[in-house]
Amino acid sequence: MTFAALIALLVGMCMLLIRALIGPTMYDRVLAVNSFGTKTVLVLGLLGYVMGRPDFLDIAILYTLINFVSTIAILKFFRYRSFQVPLVRKTDAPARGGDRNG
Amino acid sequence: MTEVMIGGTGTALINILFLAILFVVALAIARLRSLFAIVMLSGVYSLVSAAWYILVDAVDVGFTEAAVGAGMSTAVLLGAMLLTARTAKPEKPLKRIGPFIVCLVTGVMLIYGSIDLPALGDATSPANAGVGLTYLQINWFDTGVPNVVTSVLASYRGFDTLGETAVVFTAGLAVALLLGFGERSLAETLRKQPKAAPRPAASNTDGGAA
Repeated sequence: MTFAALIALLVGMCMLLIRALIGPTMYDRVLAVNSFGTKTVLVLGLLGYVMGRPDFLDIAILYTLINFVSTIAILKFFRYRSFQVPLVRKTDAPARGGDRNG
Repeated sequence: MTEVMIGGTGTALINILFLAILFVVALAIARLRSLFAIVMLSGVYSLVSAAWYILVDAVDVGFTEAAVGAGMSTAVLLGAMLLTARTAKPEKPLKRIGPFIVCLVTGVMLIYGSIDLPALGDATSPANAGVGLTYLQINWFDTGVPNVVTSVLASYRGFDTLGETAVVFTAGLAVALLLGFGERSLAETLRKQPKAAPRPAASNTDGGAA
């Protein structure tokens, strides 16, 4: 059962990979990479139980944190071209990263 | 029951699948011209290789790969990308032969070198039979850390790890200063802004940011 779930997750990873490869816009790719990271975390968690070592769950949680932070960093970078801008929308926001189709 | 199933062929199957994903991603990185897609795919490559390291029980390497490869280097590559063009120029086919031969020779040499390596988990291999066995025996009484690799990295070789961390931190600081993540790139954006304003309105993917 766990093994079947693992195979299903791996198939889902392959599909996300296809989206990341052919994704027409930047946001397709960002979303695909973010979901790919989530799938990796799930695979790691399942692998821990399949291999009889649930300690892997800690590592999976660490991966979740890294994945979240890096996705936020990517999106913020493309919105503002900088990491030094607070994440609040200002009415007279001067910097607009208008770049969309990498 | 599951563990019997996963034992031989299952692990091999998952290994092969991870390596196949890595191969496809590497091929795509070599073929693509859009730099943003390449940066994203390198993040995917790091994540998959980190997961694979954990699958083959190299947990500390997987940790490092996830933190540095998927987290830090994606941001650094993005910062470098903003200072240059958006797409790579296509090379002439004749110019590709040299790098291809170098890669091929390096790969063949690596495969040739890996023939001599002991099998994974081999109890008689030098890493497991010599000092590794001693660490396994005395680690718990010396440090009380359940993971032997962690105890070696953070306790037996604690000063070494501290020095490594300082080196990596300095390198990251130097890269951040060179790329100018903060005020410099922001100033550049602000300087370019009046010119970019009268561009044709192709902002259907902008998500209502106006």
